[in-house]
Amino acid sequence: MADTKEMKKALFGPILDSNPIALHVLGICSALAITTKLETALVMSLALTAVTAFSSLFISLIRNQIPSSVRIIIQMTIIASLVIVVDQVLKAYSYEISKQLSVFVGLIITNCIVMGRAEAYAMKSPPLMSFLDGIGNGLGYSFILIVIGTIKELAGFGTILGFEILPLVTNGGWYQGNGLLILPFSSFFLIGGMIWFIRTIRPEQVEPKE
Amino acid sequence: MEHYAALFIRAVFVENMALSLFLGMCTFLAVSKKVKTSMGLGVAVIVVLGISVPVNQVIFVNILAPGALGWAGFPDADLSFLSFLTFIGVIAALVQILEMTLDKFFPALYNALGIFLPLITVNCAIFGGVAFAVQREYNFTESIVYGIGSGAGWAMAIILLAAVREKLKYADMPDGIRGLGSVFMIAGLMALGFQSFTGISL
Repeated sequence: MADTKEMKKALFGPILDSNPIALHVLGICSALAITTKLETALVMSLALTAVTAFSSLFISLIRNQIPSSVRIIIQMTIIASLVIVVDQVLKAYSYEISKQLSVFVGLIITNCIVMGRAEAYAMKSPPLMSFLDGIGNGLGYSFILIVIGTIKELAGFGTILGFEILPLVTNGGWYQGNGLLILPFSSFFLIGGMIWFIRTIRPEQVEPKE
Repeated sequence: MEHYAALFIRAVFVENMALSLFLGMCTFLAVSKKVKTSMGLGVAVIVVLGISVPVNQVIFVNILAPGALGWAGFPDADLSFLSFLTFIGVIAALVQILEMTLDKFFPALYNALGIFLPLITVNCAIFGGVAFAVQREYNFTESIVYGIGSGAGWAMAIILLAAVREKLKYADMPDGIRGLGSVFMIAGLMALGFQSFTGISL
């Protein structure tokens, strides 16, 4: 059984020390496309954390039975089934948000964090650790998504979670919304900036000079 | 013929997988260090897209679409809710075959691609390409053209990015932004450039 320290490392390490987006370059597509509003970013983070955690758990449980030549198909089947479950739960309990997210919930299947953790960690580790590792990586993903979502919604629309913080000029206020930050590709610049920030406070992640 | 040429051009430039639709980003950013590796990956993506889009199109039209099972005696069956699972299964099988072929015949390329070869399965460019082709009801020939075209667009984008990165080796950047941080910025600027293609109709 793994000791507490190791478990803590699996759970909280991925937030700053080995962030899936900022260090391993996984799960970028959805991070770019759905961060325009904080609310969708939050729901997406929750959904992804749940899928990653449980897919890691189940894959780790059967890791010794999977023949390596068909492992990808087996992993995909597990992940796809979990995504269908998450989709049904969202439809049942928060229909409005599930309509907004419709395409992106399906795209969790192809989110490389889920697959990357299954392939790199869950195939080699015991179930409990894989579960915690899945939650940890979900948290790391959520951390980036929430920061980017907050910046974009605040700068682009002057709101946070739909509440008006900076009154827009169009509504009789003083704040001129930043049009560039509404466009999807501005996430590139924001994530680039976050990586710079993380590597400034964690200098051991700096890439060596070539 | 003209129709297919227009479809191809649109798939390569206007709806560029990587820079306009932001699909397939993980591999796009991570394996673009060298032009040579990214060319290999680009070719792999063209092959996988070029095969999986038409194959999935055929499966969808003949088995999954509402009423498609009429030939088997089930005219009321609607299996379209299974489409995502089927698509990903077909893609995963194709990638696995490609992986074994590369391992056997091109071990150097196999080693260079590393973990990113299995990750082609979850490359959203492939999944997105298949989903788009089915959604837009392309016929068989159109889906071949679309698959190869969108693959070529993705390959072009990753080769361009790799070329820029090779030159940037000589730049003296602040420590924190060297490597990945700068790649995000470059990709952002390239996406800004590709915005100029939007609105072009062929």
